[in-house]
Amino acid sequence: MILEALGYEFFRNALIAGILASIACGFIGSFIVVKRMVSLAGGISHAAFGGIGLGYYLGIDPILGATVFSLGTAGIISHFRNQAHQHLDTLVAAVWASGMALGILFIYLAPGFAPDLFSYLFGNILLVPFENLILMGLLVCIIVVTVTIFYHQFVAVTFDEEYAIVMNLPARGLMLAIIGLTALTVVMLIQVVGVILVIALLALPAAIAREYSSSMKAMILYATLLGAVFTTSGIWLSYILDVPSGATIILIAAAAYFLVILGRDIRHHYSEIRD
Amino acid sequence: MTTPVIELSHVTFRFNRHPVLDDISLDIHEGEFHAIIGPNGGGKTTLLKIMLGLLEPHAGSVRILGGSVRDNRRYLGYVPQFRTFDFRYPISVREMVLSGRLGHTAKKLHYGPDDHATAEEALKTMGIADIGDREIADISGGQRQRAIIARALVGHPRVLLLDEPTVYVDTPTATHFYDIIEDLRKEMTIVLITHDVGALSPDITTVSCLNRRIFTHDAREITDEMIGAVYPCPVDLIAHGVPHRVFRHHDEMEEEETKEENRR
Repeated sequence: MILEALGYEFFRNALIAGILASIACGFIGSFIVVKRMVSLAGGISHAAFGGIGLGYYLGIDPILGATVFSLGTAGIISHFRNQAHQHLDTLVAAVWASGMALGILFIYLAPGFAPDLFSYLFGNILLVPFENLILMGLLVCIIVVTVTIFYHQFVAVTFDEEYAIVMNLPARGLMLAIIGLTALTVVMLIQVVGVILVIALLALPAAIAREYSSSMKAMILYATLLGAVFTTSGIWLSYILDVPSGATIILIAAAAYFLVILGRDIRHHYSEIRD
Repeated sequence: MTTPVIELSHVTFRFNRHPVLDDISLDIHEGEFHAIIGPNGGGKTTLLKIMLGLLEPHAGSVRILGGSVRDNRRYLGYVPQFRTFDFRYPISVREMVLSGRLGHTAKKLHYGPDDHATAEEALKTMGIADIGDREIADISGGQRQRAIIARALVGHPRVLLLDEPTVYVDTPTATHFYDIIEDLRKEMTIVLITHDVGALSPDITTVSCLNRRIFTHDAREITDEMIGAVYPCPVDLIAHGVPHRVFRHHDEMEEEETKEENRR
């Protein structure tokens, strides 16, 4: 039954989409996690829902609307990060909720029925068409090349942003690049796990990887591999059990995360007893 | 007189309209060991961030080695406060120290052999070469402090700016830390910010007391009036665990006050 599934194009596409998404999560999610910007990524992904609604309303591809909205949100958040840091969490919450609200309004106003709305909210990796795979591949190439070229600068700015500024590194530009690439990754992940579950796929593999990494290079590699394991096993399991794929992927990732955290706490507990 | 390494003139800074720094003029000269002391919330870190160009003053100007902050801050070695760091960041001591070279390498993208050599040298100077491969998550507070200083040293700074360097380390570590600073002092100007007046070293040449306004004095002429202007009560000046009592004790003062009262 499992080998039989590989015979279907949609299934092979889903596996490839899962791998591509994992690479993006590994490269971008790692920086998001160490810089503590997970909620910021959540704000971008939920704001993207406004763009999906706009897409329905205007009768264009909702993913195009999502791209415009998430990049716009990334720009707004980057701008305010440099202005007044202390209110950033409130700003993210405002963007998060107003994006969702706009989406709901646009979809209500859009003529007729909104097809596939559920797959944008909760993802459906089994529906990713081949053309989107090419776009995803292109985006992954951009992410991998950018992070590889600017690796040391990205590490410097996420480790100690003020020191990067004092060294006259282009800190604002680097942070804008990270947040902008996050926005593009979010758009890509919406097709895999949906608007609501994006932050989990972005953050969980990276958060697990951090427990076992001594450098950002290692963290990126481990997070990518973990993401690949979660998406691939999630796709298989959802196919076998005939349940939604996005939710399955996230539940596997979350289960692994909680196990790792629990394991770490138990280890700490016993090492304290020994001491 | 030579150009001051750091020159602040009439610097004013407000936070939400609340004045944090009021008309600060301060010259720091080559070879000084300049301590800036003052209570918490007195504006010490703000002043340091203005020197580094991390904050823009609302009025007044800052010059470094006679030039603009942006052009010349590469000559400043910044040692930020401990609590600004996330020590769970997956980075080795060596890579963290090496990152201080980024502003000084030609293309600012890769580390060359001389960058690695400079980093090794800084690790040795700070006595942490043997733990270079350890993660910053797995080393002690004192070792972390030395790693942060090593990162500043790889830029070959002419001035080392230290913000509350002994707050999160225990007393023996702090004492050892001042031995290191004494060595560094032979090679560069040092600006030390602290609210812990008990930790001042006898090597300090100049002391500025900062509490919204600034009072600068030669360390040999410290008077308790200047400390009294920023602190509610006099303090002891202690170095290396040996108390060098510069300021009078509370009871001595009370005695004198009583005498004065008796005279009346």
